[in-house]
Amino acid sequence: MNAAPTAARSGLLACEVCRLVSRAPPQGSDAHCPRCGAKLHARKPASLARTWAFLIAAMILYIPANVLPIMDTSSLFGSQRDTILSGVMFLWSSGSFVLAMLIFFASIMVPLAKMIALAILAGSVQMHSARHRRARTRLYRAIEFVGRWSMLDIYVVTILVALVQVSTFASIHAGPGAAAFGAVVVLTMFAATSFDPRLIWDTQGEAS
Amino acid sequence: MPSPTFVACLECDLLHRHTPLPHGGEARCTRCGARLYRCAPPDANERALAFALTACVLFVIANVYPIVGLEVQGMHNSATLIGAVESLWDDGARMVAALVFVTTILVPAVELIGLTWVLVALRQGARGRGAVPILHFIESVKPWGMVEVFLLGVLVSLVKLAHIATVEPGVALFSFGALMAFIAAAASAFDPDAAWTQLDATP
Repeated sequence: MNAAPTAARSGLLACEVCRLVSRAPPQGSDAHCPRCGAKLHARKPASLARTWAFLIAAMILYIPANVLPIMDTSSLFGSQRDTILSGVMFLWSSGSFVLAMLIFFASIMVPLAKMIALAILAGSVQMHSARHRRARTRLYRAIEFVGRWSMLDIYVVTILVALVQVSTFASIHAGPGAAAFGAVVVLTMFAATSFDPRLIWDTQGEAS
Repeated sequence: MPSPTFVACLECDLLHRHTPLPHGGEARCTRCGARLYRCAPPDANERALAFALTACVLFVIANVYPIVGLEVQGMHNSATLIGAVESLWDDGARMVAALVFVTTILVPAVELIGLTWVLVALRQGARGRGAVPILHFIESVKPWGMVEVFLLGVLVSLVKLAHIATVEPGVALFSFGALMAFIAAAASAFDPDAAWTQLDATP
C-alpha cells in the first residue's frame, strides 16, 4: 500500500478540468494541460493554508451570523427582530415542526458540521494521520455536496423581504446577520474547494 | 504525451489503467471509491443539447413571470426573482442581494448559455472557437449555481407566509421546478470526455 501507484509518484500530472494525465515537466517550470491548457498542479497550491484561512474567517463570522438578527419584522403590533435560532423556535412553537427542523439543519447544523469536518480533515492531514482514509475522503465528498443547502435561509429572507415590504400590515427588512450568514456559506465553500483530498492519501504508513 | 491509457483519481491520486466500459458503465477508484469516468451513450451530447435548450427557455420564463403573489386585505403584491433581488438591494442588504443574484441568475445563465454554445459548436464540428475556455469557465462556476436550493427556499417562504396571508404560486415557481430538473438532466447527460477528445482533435 505504501508504494501505491499514484500519478504524483509516477511523475505524472492529472488535469483537474479535463482529467487528462500527462507527464510532469522538469522542476520549476509551470505545467499546462496539453489538451485543454489548464494549469496543472500535483496538489492544489497552498491547500492547507488556504483551507485554514477561509475556515477561520468562517468560524469568526459564524458568531455574528447567529447573534445578529437576520430579519426585522415591523407591523402595527410592534416590531420583532429574528435571529436564525429565534426564527426556528418561533416556527417550532407555532407547530411547523418540519419547517423548523429543516431550517435548523440547513442553517445551524450544516455550517457547524461543515466547519468541524473541515477542521478535522485539515488537522488530520497536518498530523500525517494514516487512519480512516477512506472515511475521511467520504466525509470530504459529503461536505462538498451538502454545503450549498445552507443558502436556504438567505433565499427565504429574500422572498419575504420582496413580498412583505410595501404592504400596509407589515414590513420585513433584512438584518445584518443575513450578510454575515451569507459570508459564512461562501467562505466555507471556498474552504472546501481549497482543500485537496489527495493530501489524505499522501502520508506514508499502514493502511486502514 | 497525451494518451487516455491512464486515468488518475482526483480524490486520492491513484493511477488506473483506462479500460473500455459497456454503455452506461461507470468506473470507480479502487482505493477511495470516487468516480473516475463513465461510458456515455454515443448520442449523449445530442441529448444534453436538447435538455440545455429546454432549460434556456424555462430560464427566461422563470425570470420574467412572478414567482409568488401575496394577497392581504385586498392588497396584491407579487415578486419576480430580479424584483426580489432589487428590493433587497434597495433595502440596504447589498451583499446579500449580490449573492442571491450571482447564485440564482448569473451563474445558471452563464452555465446554460455556455453549455449550449459548446454543444452546438461540437455538433457543427467547429474548431474550438472559444469552446475550451468556455468549458473551463463553466466547470469553475458550477458549484455556485443554486437553483435547487432557491426553489426549496421559495417553498419554505410560501409555507411561512401562508399563516398570515393568501399566497398564490406564480408561473415562475413551476418554471423554476422544471428548470431545476432540466439543468440536472443536461448536466448528467453531458459527456465531457467526448467533448474534450473532440476539441483536442481539432487544433
